[in-house]
Amino acid sequence: MDPRILQELRAITGDRGLITSPEQLKTYECDGLTNFRVLPDAVLLPSSTEEVQAIVRVCHNAGIPFVARGSGTGLSGGALPVKEGVVISTARMNRILEVDLPSARMIVEPGVINLEVTERVAANGFFYAPDPSSQSVCSIGGNVAENAGGAHCLKYGFTTTHVLGLEVVLPDGSLAHLGGKTLDAPGYDLTGVFVGSEGTLGIATKVILRIVKRPECIHTLLAAFGSTIEAGAAVSGIIGAGMLPAAIEMMDNLAIQAAEAAVHANYPNCGGLLLVELDGPTAEVEALMQQVDAICRKCGAKEIRVAQTDAERALVWKGRKAAFAAVGRISPNYIVQDGVIPRTALPRLMSEIERLGAEAGIRVANVFHAGDGNLHPLVLYDRRIEGQEHAAEVLANRILELCIEAGGSITGEHGVGEEKKMMMSKMFAEPDLETMQRVRCAFDPKQLANPTKVFPRPRLCGEQPGEYHPHPLELAGVAERF
Amino acid sequence: MTLADEANLFDVAKGGDGAKSAPSASPAGTEIGAANPWEKLRTVGTPDQWRDAGPKDNVAGVQPTIVFEPTNEVELAMVLRYADSAGLSVIPRGSGSKLGWGNPPIRADLVLSTVRLNRVIEHAWADLTVSVEAGCTIATLQDTLAQHGQRVAIDPLWPEHTTIGGLLSTNDSGTLRIRYGGLRDLIIGVTIALSDGTLASSGGKVVKNVAGYDLPKLVTGALGTLGVVTRAVFRLHPLPHNVRSFTFVTRDAADANRFVLAVQDSKLAHTGLQVRFNSGAQPEVDIRFDGTDAGLAAQTETLQKLATPAGESQSNEDVWHARQHLFGTAPFPPSLRYGVTSARPTASTPGDTTTPAQDSKSTAIAKFSVLPASIASTCEQLRGSTEPLNVHWSAVVQGTGLGWIRLGPANANDIRQLLQTLRSKLEPAGGSLVVQYRSSEIPEVEAWGNPGDALPLMLSVKQQFDARKTLNPGRFVGGI
Ligand SMILES: Cc1cc2nc3c(=O)[nH]c(=O)nc-3n(C[C@H](O)[C@H](O)[C@@H](O)COP(=O)(O)OP(=O)(O)OC[C@H]3O[C@@H](n4cnc5c(N)ncnc54)[C@H](O)[C@@H]3O)c2cc1C
Ligand SMILES: Cc1cc2nc3c(=O)[nH]c(=O)nc-3n(C[C@H](O)[C@H](O)[C@H](O)COP(=O)(O)OP(=O)(O)OC[C@H]3O[C@@H](n4cnc5c(N)ncnc54)[C@H](O)[C@@H]3O)c2cc1C
Repeated sequence: MDPRILQELRAITGDRGLITSPEQLKTYECDGLTNFRVLPDAVLLPSSTEEVQAIVRVCHNAGIPFVARGSGTGLSGGALPVKEGVVISTARMNRILEVDLPSARMIVEPGVINLEVTERVAANGFFYAPDPSSQSVCSIGGNVAENAGGAHCLKYGFTTTHVLGLEVVLPDGSLAHLGGKTLDAPGYDLTGVFVGSEGTLGIATKVILRIVKRPECIHTLLAAFGSTIEAGAAVSGIIGAGMLPAAIEMMDNLAIQAAEAAVHANYPNCGGLLLVELDGPTAEVEALMQQVDAICRKCGAKEIRVAQTDAERALVWKGRKAAFAAVGRISPNYIVQDGVIPRTALPRLMSEIERLGAEAGIRVANVFHAGDGNLHPLVLYDRRIEGQEHAAEVLANRILELCIEAGGSITGEHGVGEEKKMMMSKMFAEPDLETMQRVRCAFDPKQLANPTKVFPRPRLCGEQPGEYHPHPLELAGVAERF
Repeated sequence: MTLADEANLFDVAKGGDGAKSAPSASPAGTEIGAANPWEKLRTVGTPDQWRDAGPKDNVAGVQPTIVFEPTNEVELAMVLRYADSAGLSVIPRGSGSKLGWGNPPIRADLVLSTVRLNRVIEHAWADLTVSVEAGCTIATLQDTLAQHGQRVAIDPLWPEHTTIGGLLSTNDSGTLRIRYGGLRDLIIGVTIALSDGTLASSGGKVVKNVAGYDLPKLVTGALGTLGVVTRAVFRLHPLPHNVRSFTFVTRDAADANRFVLAVQDSKLAHTGLQVRFNSGAQPEVDIRFDGTDAGLAAQTETLQKLATPAGESQSNEDVWHARQHLFGTAPFPPSLRYGVTSARPTASTPGDTTTPAQDSKSTAIAKFSVLPASIASTCEQLRGSTEPLNVHWSAVVQGTGLGWIRLGPANANDIRQLLQTLRSKLEPAGGSLVVQYRSSEIPEVEAWGNPGDALPLMLSVKQQFDARKTLNPGRFVGGI
């Protein structure tokens, strides 16, 4: 990197806030998806919005790409550095700035850890609803960028539902306030667009969050089935009965074994384990729990337990939340996949995955948010066995294609990042992607913010819209008329 | 029309020099090269889909020339692209219930009506999702969904008339918002036609999906200034089993606000919470629950244990229409036709007591947004500024802090001044005020207020999506 630019950056953050030594830079060369690695030219650790602005201005003037980084737990390579670029870490911007209990709002800096938000207001009976399994380490800024989800998002909604406003440093270093503490700020809902934009539209420097009152009562039911197919039927039964549980999670036998080995959650050993959490007024929860119990038994549940105390519930959730890491106990290497299907396609997809796995000689453990059809197949392999890594990658990609074919999505919560940008063309048609790129051009005409991510190829902003490509819908529409 | 004709049309649209020149100020611009752009336009679809615009098609006082009713998305996109390259401005229209919202357009040539795009495409009830065309009314949609005991958890104004496209573009929400969120939280996929004819989909038909930018949220509340919505996908909720509502008469605004905050701070799982204000009357608070019989009984008990104000009564569901009553009782109150008219308001809002002076017959309706803890101070503010002018007002404020006020009937200048005063108090505190209706005698008031330092970004989004300002020109914030 040009020493003069380095000098400019140093003047902003001081020596404490600038990392350039190769050994230290290595910490930042990847995120949670470790098979992609790029060494950045420098890492900056600003401690204020003004410092972020100043850094971004330097980048903008010099045409240097920058990548924001929270805790680096992302699973799609979102925080992977860009060649000849810098990383801007929010680790030092970790203050909770405002807690407004009467209006149930909090204002935090992006480096605040997800769980700290709930911890700060728990004594007052509030919680922050989006609860990714990584909540004890991931940052709010990273959650905003990925629109992170969690088990309880089935009822409470994803990060985007709980972010009301943002202070954002735009890619030219200017500041914009999107949304606000009140609802429906006049103008375009740019908060809604920024959430889930994976660091490609700028850097969030303040986040206005909505917090939620803890319900009167929470019960968690654990039901053991012979197979995930039976468990899936129970899920359909519960939804069909008009209930909206706080969470419905499912694990297959391999995932149960892994969780048991890792945290001894005391799960029953079975083919398909269902975890159903209901919350709300006690009388309501008790009445509905009886219905859930009946539905599960009707669908063949062999064993049912209900966790009522906080300690019991914590143990039940510990197994589920540890599942990704736990798989390390039963396989030396594995790919964490993230795909979504319409929930009704679940039985079909499960048998298809099983068949493909058997064919390829690869084991797949399944953990998923069953209520909203978000699958996390864990594709297990051993790098030391020749050809297995490749076979696992092929299988993981094939599973995503199955999700698209079923009318679903290539990612429910981990994002596109570096990993799935090529898959975007399979899920979306060219005009769809081109239209999304217009948003990027509006925010970042020079394409400096996390420039190589999300889209299969960059679009030059300011380029005249190219030749007209009819949308598949149009082609279908035309066909319909003949 | 044949495929070859279609290709032709696109060639004309692409090839004309007009495609690169600035739109002319005259509506029927001639840049396209053809003698009369309307002639070319009319080759799309069949003649019965076209008609000359009449006085009823007037858009907030601006008279368009022609109305087109596409029967599919392709026709819609083609006409849009063609109009865009001919420098004509386009007003998307559902059925027009909220066509008066926003500022009057700078120009209005073509009304693009979605009335014939009205199908419920797929109700995947087992997956709790629905795809629907933009011209379908919310009532038709809800009737279809109810067959499987489901709904889109939204209760907008005039459901029998409001179309999905109009609803999304105006981002209207009602009493269910406090439990289920707004449209932004319910929409999961959208298809839009851009002014250059691009048809683009984003989101999808699964509830959970983070692939690509969230364009469904971008078009929600954009007042049709970025593209024309052709279809949308929503997540659904089960219809409630039983519903029970209560009304409390409170001492004053502070008492009402205290009660609202107490309910919000409790473990109750209410699905509606609102305060009704009427100048001169005591504010009333409505609260609604749904659930099983056992759940309802228990919640009723809990509610009574809260420090509730005196004067509780079990109320009928009608109180939840208070917001619509504010706009007027008739489904299409003449006073609201196209936003700007001189007709008298039709509704006597509940508790309407003051008698307006004979020559003071103007009214205005505005939506405002404040923090839930500021409901009382906002209404005290209103009381303070209306009293000296002797202007009648009524308001419905949801527990979310979103409220609607009706000012008048009163003197036009007084109302204008009140709107501006209120806005000037709300904005510095982070709130907002949007004028949704004013009678025509009221001198022009900016409809939206100040969008703050995000405006340059909004302008560049508009530039990227609709560079020639073809769609609803001048109607949105900051002149967009
Ligand atoms: C001739 C006529 C007379 C009428 N008279 C009355 C009357 O007196 N009073 C009354 O209340 N109603 C009247 N209506 C009808 C009534 O307003 C409609 O039924 C209304 O409820 C539907 O409008 P809307 O809510 O769908 O949106 P609209 O009011 O049509 O539109 C609201 C906003 O959204 C935009 N928009 C609409 N659809 C789209 C889309 N698909 N994509 C992008 N932007 C879009 C519009 O440009 C506008 O800015 C009349 C309708 C007609 C045709
Ligand atoms: C064991 C494990 C379990 C997980 N479980 C879940 C789960 O249940 N649900 C879920 O959704 N995810 C889960 N994740 C993924 C990950 O934790 C989330 O994506 C999280 O939101 C990332 O936060 P982070 O702070 O680590 O962000 P990073 O990984 O540092 O960054 C993620 C992206 O955000 C961008 N970014 C970071 N900060 C900002 C900012 N201030 N402004 C703009 N862009 C920014 C980065 O550029 C990058 O593109 C899991 C990960 C692990 C390792």
